[in-house]
Amino acid sequence: MSETAFDLIVIGAGPGGYVAAIRAAQLGMKVACVDRRESLGGTCLNVGCIPSKALLNASEHYAEAAGGGLAALGISVGSVKLDLPKMMQGKDEIVGSLTGGIDFLFKKNKVTRLQGQARIDGPGKVTLTDGKDKGSYTAEKILIASGSHASSLPGIEIDETRIVSSTGALALPKVPKKLIVIGAGYIGLELGTVWARLGAEVEVIEFLPRILPGMDDEIAKKFMAIAKKQGLKFRLKTAVKAASSGKSGVTLTVAPADGGDEETIKADVALVAVGRHPATDGLGLEEAGVAMTGRGRIRVDARFETSVEDIYAIGDVIDGPMLAHKAEEDGVAAVEIMAGQAGHVDYELVPGIVYTAPEVATLGKSEEALKEAGIAYNKGSFPFSANSRARAQGHADGFVKILADAETDRVLGVHIIGHEAGTIIHECATAMAFGASSEDIARTCHGHPTLNEAVKEAALAVDGRAIHM
Amino acid sequence: MAIEITVPTLGESVADATVARWIKKTGDAVAADEPVVELETDKVTLEVPAPAAGTLGEIIAAEGANVEVGASLAILNEGAAPATPAPEAAPEAAPAAPAPTASAPAAILATASDLPLSPAVRRLVEENNLNPAAIRGTGVDGRLTKADVLAHMKGASATPAATVASAAPRQTPRPEDAAREERVPMSKLRQVIATRLKTAQNTAAMLTTFNEVDMSALMTMRADYRQEFEAAYGTRLGFMGMFVLASIQALQDFPAVNAEIDGTDIIYKNYYNIGVAVGTPQGLVVPVVRDAGAMNLAAIESQIADFGDRARNGKITPDDMAGGTFTISNGGVYGSLMSTPILNPPQSGILGMHKIEKRPVVIDDQVVIRPMMYLALSYDHRIIDGREAVSFLARIKELVEDPRRLVLGV
Repeated sequence: MSETAFDLIVIGAGPGGYVAAIRAAQLGMKVACVDRRESLGGTCLNVGCIPSKALLNASEHYAEAAGGGLAALGISVGSVKLDLPKMMQGKDEIVGSLTGGIDFLFKKNKVTRLQGQARIDGPGKVTLTDGKDKGSYTAEKILIASGSHASSLPGIEIDETRIVSSTGALALPKVPKKLIVIGAGYIGLELGTVWARLGAEVEVIEFLPRILPGMDDEIAKKFMAIAKKQGLKFRLKTAVKAASSGKSGVTLTVAPADGGDEETIKADVALVAVGRHPATDGLGLEEAGVAMTGRGRIRVDARFETSVEDIYAIGDVIDGPMLAHKAEEDGVAAVEIMAGQAGHVDYELVPGIVYTAPEVATLGKSEEALKEAGIAYNKGSFPFSANSRARAQGHADGFVKILADAETDRVLGVHIIGHEAGTIIHECATAMAFGASSEDIARTCHGHPTLNEAVKEAALAVDGRAIHM
Repeated sequence: MAIEITVPTLGESVADATVARWIKKTGDAVAADEPVVELETDKVTLEVPAPAAGTLGEIIAAEGANVEVGASLAILNEGAAPATPAPEAAPEAAPAAPAPTASAPAAILATASDLPLSPAVRRLVEENNLNPAAIRGTGVDGRLTKADVLAHMKGASATPAATVASAAPRQTPRPEDAAREERVPMSKLRQVIATRLKTAQNTAAMLTTFNEVDMSALMTMRADYRQEFEAAYGTRLGFMGMFVLASIQALQDFPAVNAEIDGTDIIYKNYYNIGVAVGTPQGLVVPVVRDAGAMNLAAIESQIADFGDRARNGKITPDDMAGGTFTISNGGVYGSLMSTPILNPPQSGILGMHKIEKRPVVIDDQVVIRPMMYLALSYDHRIIDGREAVSFLARIKELVEDPRRLVLGV
C-alpha cells in the first residue's frame, strides 16, 4: 500500500517543483511531487531549456561544418549532410538521460513521485486523476509549481504542425524552407537561429520597435545587427492579425503595429513565441479560494504563501520572470521558509541569458532603468575583438558592458554579448551578491587567456583605465 | 618556537606608524628586550624591543611600510636559552589590523568581523591610513563595501592622516630650474606636524600679544645660586623652570588661558600640565611636565633637563606628550628676537620666549642697559579676550621681573 499522507505535496516536477521537493526532503520533510507528464523535469527538461540547448549546439556544429567555417582552420570537409531525424534523436537522448537523472535524485532523496493531473480538493487534500497514481492524497502543506504554457495571439491557433509553439518547433520533421517567427523574445530568437543554421530562411516579426523586450537597449540593438549578419530578417513594429495553415504552409496577415494596410506573407512554418501564461487551470484554485493577481498569476506573500493557509506557490505561476533558475530559487526559498528558516530570493540578481551564438547575458539594471530611476552611473565597455582568447577561438563578436554607480562605484548592471556570455556573467553575479564595486572586479586576478578577462577590462574601463583597448 | 613581533600600543589616538629603520636584520641574534626596529608615529619615534631572546627571522614590514597597532613586524625565532623560561604563547595579532603594504603573500586583512577586505576596500584603507574596524560595514555579513569606505572618508573630520598637500597643483618650473631641484618626500612626523599646525590655525581665532621682560633679576638670582642649586639637586638652574612657575601662577589668575574648547563647552582644567617645546633633528616635540603646579623648581628643572636629553636621542614617547594644558616655547636659543608661536591644539595659549639681548631702556627717566627678552602670547580669542591675554602676559612679566612675588604669591 503506497503512501498517501505527506508533509508536503509539490504540484509540478519542473525546475521549480523538483528542486523544491529535493530541498524539502533534505530538510527532513516527507515529500511527494506530482506531475502529469510521465517524465520529470517539466517544460524545461522536456520541451524547453534542454532540448533547445541541445539543438542549438547541434545546429551550431552543423552550420560550422556546412558553412565553410572550418576551412580557415585548415580543415576541409567534403559535402556536409544533415540527418535531421538523427539530430532529433540525439536531442531526445539527452532529454531522456536528464529526466532519468531526476528520477534518480528523487529516489536518492526519498521523494515520492506521483503521476497524474492534480486538483486541490480542500485544505491539505490533493486528488489525482488521469495518471498512474490517481487517487486521494493528503499533506500538511501544498506547493503549487505547475509552470506555464506557451501563449498565442487572437486569431492564431497553434496546431503544432504548421503553426507551432516552441514545443513543436523543437521537433519539426524537416527543415522548413521558410520559417516565420512571431515574437522577437529569447525563445523566438533561439529557435529561429536553430532553423536558420539548418538551412531555413527565417523572418522574425515583432510588434515592438525593438527585439528582446526588457533587455538593455544597446544590447538589443547590437545583437540584432549580429543576427541580421547571420541572415535573420526582422520586421519590427508589425502586428500579426491572423494566421491560417493549409497543406502547403502558413499564410499570415500582418499590418504595421500603429495601423495601416494589411499584407499577406507565406511560410512553411510559423513559430508563435509571444510569451507564456501560468498553468493554473484544472488545479481547483478557484474552489479552494486561492486568489490571483490581475495578470492571472497566483498571489503570494513574501513567504510564498497564497491567500489560503498552507498552500504555497512558486515559479512561473507567480510574479516575476518566467525563468527556470528563478523558479528554482523560489522553490528553495519557499521550502526553507516552511521549515522555519530564512528563505530569500534576490530578484535583482536573476540573470537573463539568450543561448544564441553569440550568447546574450544580462544581470541587474539596464542603462534605461538607471536613467529612469535617476541614478547617475559610469559605464565601461570592452569588445571581445580585443580579447585574446576570443580571437584565438574565432569568436570575436560582442562586448562586455558594466554599469556602476557614479558615486559609490557599486556594480549595478552587467550586459554581455559574446561566446559563453551566459557562463561569464556568473562571476559578476557572485560579485554583485556581495555589493562589489567595479574596482573590486578590476582588481581580482583573472586567468589569461580567458574570455572573462573582458569582464575585468570592462571594469577597468568604468574608471577609464582599460589596458587592452 | 617562532614568535610574531607586533606593533605595540602607540599612544592615545595614534593608530599607525611607519617603519623607520630596522636596527636588526634577518639572521641577527637579539637579546630579550633589545630594540629591533624603530617606528615613526604621528608624534615620535619609538623602538620596539624583541619579546624574547633569539634570532630575528623574516621581516614582514619593510622600512617605509605603514603599520597599524597589532600588525606583524617580523618573526622572531626563539633562541636556545635554557635558563630563561619559555615565553607565553605568541602574541596574537589584533584582529582589526590590516597587513603592511610590503608584506609577504597570503596577507589576509580583517575587518572588525574578521572578514577579508575586498580589493577596492583594501586599497582605500591602505592609501588613506584607515582603520577598517572603525568603519561601518553594510555589505553581506557586515563586510565593508567600497561605498562604506567612501562614505566614511567623506564624513570623517580632518585627522592627522588628512591631506597635507596644498590644493593648487604646482606650477611647472622652467627646465633649467627643474634640473636643479630635488624632490624629497616629507617624513611622517613632518607631515603630521604640518597638518596639526594648519588645524590649529584653521580652528582657533588665533592672535598674538607681546610684552617684554627685564631678565636682570632672574640673571642675578641665577648667578648667585646656580652652584649651590646644582650641588643640592644635581641639575642645572636654567630660566625655563622660572617661566614655568610664573606661567602656573598666571594661569591660576587667568583660568581661561588654561582651558580648552570642546564643541560649545569650555573645559577648565584644574591642573597644570606644562608642555615644554624641545627641538630635535626630526622636528619640534613638546613633552609635558605633568602636574607642574605641585612641583618645586628643582623638580621642574630636572624634568626639563631629562626631556632635553631624551629628545636629542629621539626617545620622547607619545605618552610624554599627552595631556598638556599650556605650552612654553623658547625660540631664543636659536636667536629669535620676536615671533608669533602657533597654538598646540587643543590648548588655548602658548608662551613664546626669545633671546635675551641687552638693550637701552628707560627706568625712572634714565636710559639704562638691561638684558631684555620679548615675550609673546598666542591665544585663542574665542575664549580668551584681549584684556585677559594682555593681563596674563603682564602678570608673567611682573613675576619674572621680581621673583619675590612668586614666593609671596602676589
